[in-house]
Amino acid sequence: MEAVLACVIGVLGGAGVWLVLRPRTFQVVMGLTLLSYAVNLFIFSMGSLSIDKPPIAKPGVPADLEHYTDPMPQSLVLTAIVIGFATTALFLVLLLASRGLSGSDHVDGTEDER
Amino acid sequence: MTAALPHLIVVPVVLPLVTAAVLLLLGDHRRRLKSLLNVSATAAGLVVATTILLRVDGTGEIGVYLASNWEAPFGIVLVADRLTALMLVLTGVLSLCAALYAEAAWSRAGVYFHPLFQIQLMGLNGAFLTGDLFNLFVFFEVMLAASYGLHLHGSGWPRVRSGVHYIAVNLLASALFLIGLAVLYGVVGTLNMADMAAKLALVPTHDRGLLVAGAAILAVAFLIKAAMWPLNAWLVPAYTAASAPVAALFAVMTKVGIYALLRLSTVFFQIDEGSSVHYGKTVLLYGGLATIGFGAIGCLTSVRLDRIAGFAIIVSSGTLLAAFGLDSPAMTAAALFYLPSATLAVSVLFLLVELIERIGKEGRPVLDDVDVSDEDTNLDDQQVPLIGRAFPVSVALLSLAFMACALLVAGLPPLSGFVAKLALLTAALGRGGDVPATGWIVVGLLLLSGFAATFSLARAGIRHLWARGNLSAPQVRGAEAGAVATLLATSVLLTVFAEPVMRYTRATAAGVHAQLQYIETVRSTPARPRPGTPAIDADRPDGPDGPEERP
Repeated sequence: MEAVLACVIGVLGGAGVWLVLRPRTFQVVMGLTLLSYAVNLFIFSMGSLSIDKPPIAKPGVPADLEHYTDPMPQSLVLTAIVIGFATTALFLVLLLASRGLSGSDHVDGTEDER
Repeated sequence: MTAALPHLIVVPVVLPLVTAAVLLLLGDHRRRLKSLLNVSATAAGLVVATTILLRVDGTGEIGVYLASNWEAPFGIVLVADRLTALMLVLTGVLSLCAALYAEAAWSRAGVYFHPLFQIQLMGLNGAFLTGDLFNLFVFFEVMLAASYGLHLHGSGWPRVRSGVHYIAVNLLASALFLIGLAVLYGVVGTLNMADMAAKLALVPTHDRGLLVAGAAILAVAFLIKAAMWPLNAWLVPAYTAASAPVAALFAVMTKVGIYALLRLSTVFFQIDEGSSVHYGKTVLLYGGLATIGFGAIGCLTSVRLDRIAGFAIIVSSGTLLAAFGLDSPAMTAAALFYLPSATLAVSVLFLLVELIERIGKEGRPVLDDVDVSDEDTNLDDQQVPLIGRAFPVSVALLSLAFMACALLVAGLPPLSGFVAKLALLTAALGRGGDVPATGWIVVGLLLLSGFAATFSLARAGIRHLWARGNLSAPQVRGAEAGAVATLLATSVLLTVFAEPVMRYTRATAAGVHAQLQYIETVRSTPARPRPGTPAIDADRPDGPDGPEERP
C-alpha cells in the first residue's frame, strides 16, 4: 500500500508542478489543485498507514499506535482541505478578473512574442 | 494582576476577529461608524499589545494561554515572550497608522476593506503568538487570505496582474509549508513547538535526515515569505501595485516569515547537541547577503519611488536574515532593534510615495519607470531659475518627511536607522580581536546597501520634489498627515529611547538564544482546575505519555 500511495503522490505532485509552470491560467489553477491533492495525501500518509483500526481510544486497549490509527493527520488534512479549497476558489475568481481585464488567459496578461 | 496575563494573550486574536464580524454585519452604508470602529479597535489592539509587552518585560516570565484549558502537547497554546510582544507592538503601531491613513480615502475604494483589515491583523497577531506549528499554518493562511483581498483593494489591471503572481506563489509556499510540517510531525510525533524541541533529542539517527529535510522544506516556505533572493520576484510588483495603506501594512508581512525562521531555528536547533546544531545558519547568512546585494542593485536601478520602497523591504529582509545567520546574541539583539526601525521606515516610505505622486498630478502625468530627461529634471542647465518659484507649504512638509524617511531607510544619523545600523556593525565586528571574514562581508554589504539607498532616494527626491516645475499643492488630508507624522514620531521615539529599547532587545535575544525557559514554561503550564472540582489530575485518562507518543 505504501508503494501505491507513494506513486499516487508522486504522479499528482509531478503533474501539479508541470502544470503550475505552464503559461495558461487554467493550467496553473489545475496544477495548484493537483499539488494540494498530493500534499493532502502526503500529510495523511505521515500518520502511518493502517487499515481497519479505530482512531478513538477504547477502554481496555493500550493507547498506542500499534492498536489505533493516528487521528491527528486526519484532522490536519481536513483543515488543509478547507483552507486549500477556499484559497483556490479565491484564485479562480482572480483569474476570471484577469481574463476579463486583459482579454487573455496568459498568466502575464500578454502573449509571449515569438 | 498577574492572573490576568494569560487571558490578555488571547485578546490580540479575538479582538480583531470580533471587530471584523461586527464590521461585516454593519453593512455597507454606515461608513462613519465603521471607520470609527476600525480605528478604535486597532488602537485598542495597540494598547493591549503594549500592556503585554510591559507585563512580559516587567516580570521576565513567559505568558502561556492554554486554549480550551488543554495542556501543552494536546491543545493549542498561545505564548507571549519578549520577541512576540515586540512584534505585536510593531504590528499595532503600523496597523493603527495604516488604518488612520486608509480612513482618508482608500477605505471607500471598495467594499469590505475594514473586515479584511481586521482579519489581516488577526492573522498577523496569531502568527506571532501561537506556539503550535499547525496553528501557525492556519494563522498564516488567515493572514494571506486577507492580504489577497487587501492587495486587490481598489482593483485595476496592475493589481490583478501582480495579484495572480502573488497568490500563485503564496499557494505554492503554503503547499511547501504543509509538506515540511507533515514530515516534522511524522518524525517527531507532535506539533507543539516546545514539545517538538524537547523531543528532538529522542529522534533516532536514521531519522535525522528526514528531520533535517522537513525543516528545510518548512524553511523554504518561510524564506518565500521573508523574500530571500531568489525567492522574492513576487514582492516588488505586488507591493507597488497595492494601495498605499495596504503596502504600509504589508511591510510587516515579510517580517512574519523572518520571525517564524528565528523562532523555529532557535527553538529547534539550539538545545539539541546533535548533528543539526546551527543547521542552516550558513544558508541564512549567504542567502541574506545575496538578498542585500539584490535589493541594493534593485534600489539603484529603480526610478519610481514605490519600486525603491519595495527594494528597501528586500534589503531589510536580507539584513535581518544575514544577522540571524551570524547567530550570536549580540547580532540578534542588534537585528531586533533594526527590525522595527526598518519596518517603520519602509512603511512611511510607502505612505509618502502616494502623497508625493499627488504633487502636480494635474500638471503632468505620473513619472514612469524610464528616466526621461527633460528640461525640468536637468539641474545643470536650468532654463527657469529655481529662485522665486512658489513652493507650497504642504510640499515643503512632504519634503521634510521624505528626508527623514530617507535618513531612516539609508541608516544615516541622527534617526533610529543610524542607531540600528551602528548596532549591527558593532555586533558584526565584535569586541576587537579577530573578526571572521563573514563579519567583514556583512559590514561591507551593509555599508554599500546604505549607500545605494542614500543614492537612489536622493535621486528620487530631487526628481520628485526639488527639480520639478509647476509644483501644485497636493491634497493631503489630516488623517494621512497624522499617520505619517505618527510613524515618524515613533521612529524619533525609537531614537531617543534607544538605550531602553536596546536593553529590551538584548534581553529578547538572550531569551531567544537560550530557549530552555520557553520550552519548560510551555510544557509545564498546568491546566486550570474547574471551579467545582479541586483536583483535575486524578481523572485524566492519560498522562504526558498519551497517544501522541509514537512507538
